[in-house]
Formats: sequence, structure tokens, C-alpha cells
Amino acid sequence: MDVETLLKVNNLHVSFSTYAGKVQAVRGVNLYLKKGETLAIVGESGSGKSVTSKSIMRLLPSNSAQIEDGEILFEGRDLANLPEREMEKIRGSEISMIFQDPMTALNPTMTIGNQIIESLLIHQKLNKTQALQKAIELLKLVGIPNAETRVKQFPHQFSGGMRQRVVIAIALACNPKVLIADEPTTALDVTIQAQILDLMKDIQKKMGTSIIIITHDLGVVANIADRVAVMYAGKIVETGTVEEVFYNPQHPYTWGLLGSMPNMETKEDLIAIPGSPPDLINPPKGDPFAERNEFALKVDYLREPPMFKLTETHYAATWLLHGKAPKIERPLKLDKKRLTVTKPVQKDAIEITVPNEPLIEVKNLKKYFNIGKNELLRAVDNLTFDIYKGETLGLVGESGCGKSTTGRTLMKLYEATEGEVLFQKEAVHGKKNSSELKQFNRKVQMIFQDPYASLNPRKTVADIIAEGIDIHGLAKTKEDRRQRVYELLETVGLNRDHANRYPHEFSGGQRQRIGIARALAVEPEFIIADEPISALDVSIQAQVVNLMKKLQKERGLTYLFIAHDLSMIKHISDRVGVMYLGSMVELASSDDLYNEPLHPYTQALLSAVPVPDPMREKSRERIILEGDLPSPSNPPSGCRFRTRCPHAIETCAKMAPEWKEAKPNHWVACHIINS
Amino acid sequence: MKKYFIIRVINILITLFIIATATFFLMKQLPGSPFDEEKLSNLSEEQRMEFYARYGLDKPLSQQYVLYMKNLVQGDLGESFYFKGQDVSTLIKNRIGPSALLGVQAVLLGFTIGIILGIVAAFRHNTMWDFSAMIVAVLGVSIPNFVFAALLQYYVGLKLGILPVAFWESYSSSIMPTIALSLMVIALIARFTRNEMLEVLQQDYMLTAKAKGVPPFKIIYKHAIRNALIPVITILGPIVVSLLTGSLVIENIFGVPGIGSLFVDSIKVNDYTTIMGLTLFYSAFFVLTMLIIDLLYGVIDPRIRISGAKE
Repeated sequence: MDVETLLKVNNLHVSFSTYAGKVQAVRGVNLYLKKGETLAIVGESGSGKSVTSKSIMRLLPSNSAQIEDGEILFEGRDLANLPEREMEKIRGSEISMIFQDPMTALNPTMTIGNQIIESLLIHQKLNKTQALQKAIELLKLVGIPNAETRVKQFPHQFSGGMRQRVVIAIALACNPKVLIADEPTTALDVTIQAQILDLMKDIQKKMGTSIIIITHDLGVVANIADRVAVMYAGKIVETGTVEEVFYNPQHPYTWGLLGSMPNMETKEDLIAIPGSPPDLINPPKGDPFAERNEFALKVDYLREPPMFKLTETHYAATWLLHGKAPKIERPLKLDKKRLTVTKPVQKDAIEITVPNEPLIEVKNLKKYFNIGKNELLRAVDNLTFDIYKGETLGLVGESGCGKSTTGRTLMKLYEATEGEVLFQKEAVHGKKNSSELKQFNRKVQMIFQDPYASLNPRKTVADIIAEGIDIHGLAKTKEDRRQRVYELLETVGLNRDHANRYPHEFSGGQRQRIGIARALAVEPEFIIADEPISALDVSIQAQVVNLMKKLQKERGLTYLFIAHDLSMIKHISDRVGVMYLGSMVELASSDDLYNEPLHPYTQALLSAVPVPDPMREKSRERIILEGDLPSPSNPPSGCRFRTRCPHAIETCAKMAPEWKEAKPNHWVACHIINS
Repeated sequence: MKKYFIIRVINILITLFIIATATFFLMKQLPGSPFDEEKLSNLSEEQRMEFYARYGLDKPLSQQYVLYMKNLVQGDLGESFYFKGQDVSTLIKNRIGPSALLGVQAVLLGFTIGIILGIVAAFRHNTMWDFSAMIVAVLGVSIPNFVFAALLQYYVGLKLGILPVAFWESYSSSIMPTIALSLMVIALIARFTRNEMLEVLQQDYMLTAKAKGVPPFKIIYKHAIRNALIPVITILGPIVVSLLTGSLVIENIFGVPGIGSLFVDSIKVNDYTTIMGLTLFYSAFFVLTMLIIDLLYGVIDPRIRISGAKE
């Protein structure tokens, strides 16, 4: 171990005992971390990335997890075999950790001051006054205003982004040499994510901390990492500097991961990785990725590939790199995609077809919720837009902006407070008799966010899918019903055998396919998809998005696609509406919106999205929005965005901006933009 | 906070008013009488009227009710029909001592042991510790406390002869009834604490604490217990009330001159005023305990404190 190397993991094996058997979660991981660098471990859920990081901290549940083999060398000591007492001295002082969900990572009954000073009192033996002084300094360091008063407050008095800053302050308290961040921004909104990533980079610069960041988001990796390790099925399959891995990927799994990420410039189908990760109770004998790899060789199924060295830093474990392996060209799309990043290609004019027949017309729609004590939550305030037949309208915004409420109100799951929604020229809200209602319900369907919670666990897949068919009497006979279920299953890429199984037998991606089949069962014209892919892994997301696009083409469906992921929404939508705090700030064709965003909020939102391209990511200027979202029950006067807007002028506080067509088919609500 | 408190107190008064009214009229509906009707029938009409007038029973029901309420507001629960010349409030005052002593001891003992068992069981989840603690809990719930009381009397009182069996003379008389009463509490609290503790141990902030290098024991008492106890407080109310107001069975078995046995006796003899007085006393005690517990929530859980302050 040379002087520069701080941490080295050799041949780490970790297993979990479960009722079903022993899960080999980590199978021979090697990695190292140098002083002051950021290493990203990337992979999908179940790849073993979190387990690896928790093994370094020895934070695995002691009754079920076991480090079977390997060593974790840190400053000459092997952490894998250190007694618990010694380990306690290292945790929080030498190595510390940031967790994924800031809403649950803090003790709700303790002031944040006490939570920060805890490790100072233990490790640095400071007295309480000194420790509190240090806590205030730390809060200032992580950018929390009014640190002196905030230090005495409890976690529930902080917003999500602020809590994550507190979590970082706790981790930094003893000035650790290594900071492990386990999905630190996954639970945060994109503008807050940008703030936190910035903060982490800033802290690294100031304190020289080495960072290991665990993430599934390649954009985040490109933004923050110096080196990357790609994990799959408990192994590192490729590792190298970010540039090497992003611009010269060698492992087919890395190709798949990069290909399944949409970027802002392409409209082509995403490269989905077929299938799902292997079961680690009985890991496959050869290359674990062989099953899903279209370039798999015979040897892949028989023998595990070793790490082939490409450069001093770049290694990949695939037989394709063996001297005798056939030469395989990297999928062209991938290279093209990267090329287009540097010089965006002009879209053909034909692509922007101006649709003219509105399927849904929304006029001054308002939806308020009574939250007691004479307080109103203005979830949706004055929306006006159309959805044209056959198009996909994307609705994007941060949490609490009212996008889901909009979707549900359109579907009449909520009654509108004011305004109207016309579906095929007929009012959706107001009194309806049951047959009218039934008719409407058949035409409009929904796909839900959480594929685990949205399927009744006690029903078979066939019954789940056919429920709508039964209600609307669409099948004459039992045989007809069965045939329809089979057809639907095949349409969404499942097969007939699945009909008699129960939801728990399926993976997340498969469940979402069942959800789509259920929505399609009644042959709807309009589908509202509320964050349909945000609970899925990247490679599975691409499968579902590709399926949805295919179905739209075949059946002429109209979609309202609600998401917080800007790159995915740009990829799937024809037009995109951006919402902020209950109102729509901009609506345009997706190309116009992404190429020439007019509203300052859209600009900030777009600039906050990390793209999977390290060079661009590291060179571009970000518009970082200050502060948090105001509360929708007490929104700012005039323009709601003005409190965070870098261009706010006096008028903004006085009156709400008008919803105007600034350019043809490009709507915006902002005072500083003239039509 | 102040406003919240006032609203709660007003609510309590309304509750008590309704209970007083309901018990008054229900009592009057009961068949039978507190007096020996046979002996009364030997008296002359005049003497009998005089007798009724002494207890205010000669007036129409509505007037009796108004009078009762008037006295109640002044804190006068009336005179007992059975214990001649004794006020119901004095009766309760004289009898509450032993019941309260047993109750306080049983609550303290039950909570301490129950919480410790629960915590141990949770920390040694699925080990012998856990199983033994849960066996105790199941036994505590399933064995009726009079059976347990009888066992105690036989083995500790008779065989070992170290504690008085069934008379109330000194402090040592309170030990066995306390243990008998607390068994149920131990069982309930242990089970509840264990479940809450297991839940809390799964929380992310426990991992955060561990990642700070906090030693295991400190993690328990600084992070886990407080969070696990918040729901436990909820079941505190009913338990405290049932214990402090005396257990009918246990007091009878151990010969404790407490409020529980007073209740039993007064029901046996149709002593209206005492029954009404005791019912009201129980109710008042219950609602006050619930108020204290709700205030206690605020002390333990800062999230509740803040929302209370906003009100």
C-alpha cells in the first residue's frame, strides 16, 4: 500500500443468511481509495454496492450478515477483523457515513445540536460548550443559516435538503479522513441535489476528505467522481477513471447502463438491458451478466472472467477483452450518443408536428385541500393547458409542486375546487350519472408509481388485469376473458404462464408491466402515468419506457407522463409542462423547452440535472437555486418563484405573471419575458 | 399551549357532568332499595316519610337531581345510605390510601420490570433471552391474577411464612398484593416495549448513531429508549387508572381495606350515593390521567410539543 492510498479492500466476500438460503451479496470485491479523491461505486439495487460500503464501516446487521473473507486495510489495520471496541473509535472519527434518506436518518427526539456534538464528545473529549461551539461552526460550514438558533432545534423543523446538510455536518464533526456517502441525493429534489453535490465538492476542497459515493445515478457520478467502480451481482465488473469508464467503456454491462440513461439530446429508443439481475443465493457459474448479455461468448457461461488490465487505472472483467475473443464493436448508438453531447444535432422540422385536436382541455383548474385551522393547501392553482390526441404531455416539477394532484384531478379522483376539465369536449367534473361515470372511467386509466403497493397481493395476475374487463363487461365468455388476459400479458412482454401467479413472484419491472397491462385492459384512450419508473432501476426503467412508447405507437394512446426526472421526461414527451408550487410556469414542445428554456425556474431545473458526461458535467456553469421550496399553504405573493428567482424584479411581488404565449406554442408565466 | 389546556379542562368538566347525570338517573332506575323495606313497612306512614325526608328521597326526581348537582358543585358527594352518618367523600378519603399505595407500587414495579424485559428481549432478538422474556409476558397475560395471588399466598405466605397472608397491618402486607397486581402490567409493558424497540432499532437514525461511533449501551439509552417509549405511554393511562383505583379481586383476596372493596360492598347493599360518588371519582381520575399523559407526550416527543405550541 503506497503512501497515497488510504483505504484498500482486498477480495471482500460478504454473505447474508436468509430463510431462503445464504445470499452472497459481495463476491470478491477489490478497491482502493486515495487521499483526497472521490470514488463512485455504481450499480443497480442488489449489486452489493451498499453492502460493500457498510462492510467498510462494519455496519452490517451482526445477526444475519457475515464478512466471509477478505481484508479492509485502513492505515495499516484490517477493519474486517478489528474488535468492535476498536471499530467504535474509528467510526465517526476516521471514517464516517452519510445515509440516503435525510427524513429518517436523524433522531426525531434529539436536538440537532446534540446529535452533532455526540461524536465530538466521544472521540475528541471536548466539553459540552466547546462541542456546541464546534457544532455551530459545522452548521455554518454546511450552509445552514442562523446556526446559533438552529442548533437547538429538532429535525422536524428542517426541510429535507437542510436535514441532509445536518447529516453531513454530523459526518464531518471529527474531520474524518474518509466519508462514505450512500446514495446521498437520491431522496432529494433535483435542485436540492445540485446544492448537496456542490457542498460535498466544496468540503472536499476545504478539508481534503476522501469520498466514496454509492449511487445508481450516472449523472451524479459524472458530476462528482474521479474514479468509478461499476458493480454487478456482487462483483466489480469495470473500474477506471470517470473519463475511461464513460468514454471508453469495455464491459457490456457498462454499455447497457450508459445506454439506458436518456440524455437530453436523443429521441431514439433507449438501450434496455433485457432480463433482470441474477439470484445471488445461487450465483451463476461464469460471468453473472452473461444471461443478459447479447455479446456473451460460450466461455462466459463456464468461467468467470478475470480483470483485464487496459491502463494503470482501467480494468474490466469481460472475456471480450481476451486476446482470442472475437472483436466486437461497441453498440454504435452509444458512441453516437456521446458524440451528440458535444454538438447537439438539429432536429428535423418534420418531427415537430403541430397537433390540433385537443383530447383534454384544462381551464383555470384549481384544487385546494382543507388542512384544518382555516388553512388551505393550494395544491393546484389556476392551470390552463390542453392535451392533444396521440401526444405525450410530460409534467415535471419538484416534490410538492402539484403534479400528482393535477393528474388525479384530471381523472376525477379528486373533485376540482374551481375551473373545468373537458374530456372530448365534455366536462369531467360536476354531477354525472353512473353510466356516464363508467364510460369516462373506461377511457381514462392510470399507472401508479409504486409497483409493489399498487397491485393487490391476494389476487392473481389474471384477476388483477381482468378486473376492469369484468366491471365493464368487455369479455363475453370465460374463454374470451382468458384470451384477453393472455394477449395483454404478451403485449407488455410477459407470458401466458404468468397469469396464475401472484404479484410477489415478480420483480419491480415485471410488476410495472402488470400495472400497464391492467391499465390497457379496458382499452383506454388516455393514460395518466404518475412517476411510473421512479421506483425502478435504470436498466429496467429503459425497458418500461420503451414499452410505453411502443404501445403508444401501436394503439394511438395519449399519455400524461408525470415525473421528476427531467431527462426521462424529455425523452418520452412531445410537449413538457413545468410546474412550480401549484402553478405551471412553462409549457412547450420538449425540444424547445430543453434547447431554449425561457422561465428562470426551467433554466435552473435543467442546469441542475447532472448528465452522464464527465467532461461536460465538470465544465458547465450551474444555476444553483438558493433555499427551499416555500410552503404551498402559504405561497409567496405575486409570482410564486420570486423568492428563489435570480432575476426577480419589483413587479414579481406585486402581481402574478400572466400565462402567455411567448413564442408560437411556447407558453410561459414570467414578468421578465415579453411575448 | 395555554389555549389547548383550557379547552381540555372544559372538555373534562363536560364529560364529568354527563357521567354524573347518567349515573344519577341509572341509579334511580335500579330495582331494590338501600333500605330494608320489610322493616320500613313496620313503621307508620308518618315515620316512613320522615325517614325518606332525611335522605331527600321524598321530593320528585327532578328536584332530587338539582339538589344532587348543587351539592356536587360544592364538592359534597352526599351521605352514605349504608354507613350511617358518613359522607361519601370521607369514605373515599379513608379508603383511598391502601389502594393508592398498591397502585403506585404496582405501576412502578410493572413498568420498570416490563421495560427492562422488553428492551432485553428486543436487543437479544430471537435468542433465549427474548424467548424467556416473552414466556413471562404470555404467562402474565394468561394467568388470572387471583390464581397468581392464591399461589403467592400459599407459597410465600403459608409455606415460607415471611409475609402476612390476608390482613392489612403494616407495609409488609402490601408486598404480595403489589406483586400480584404488577404481573399483568409487566406482561403488557414487556410485549409492547419489545415490539416498539424492535421497530426503533430498524430506524435509519440508529445506524447514524452507530456510524458516529456511539457505543452500544449509549445507543440504547440515548437514542432508542426515548423513541420506543412514546407509544408505550399510550397504554399507560388505562393501566394507571385501573391500578390506582384498586383492584376489586386482589383487595378482596388479601383483605385490603381499599377503595375496590368499598365499591364491591356498596354495590351489594345498593348504597346509591356511594356508588355514584365512586363512579364519578373513577371517571374524574381517568380523564385527569389522560390529560397528564397527553401533556407527557409533549415532554417526550418534540414534534408534538411544537404543534401544541402553534395552537
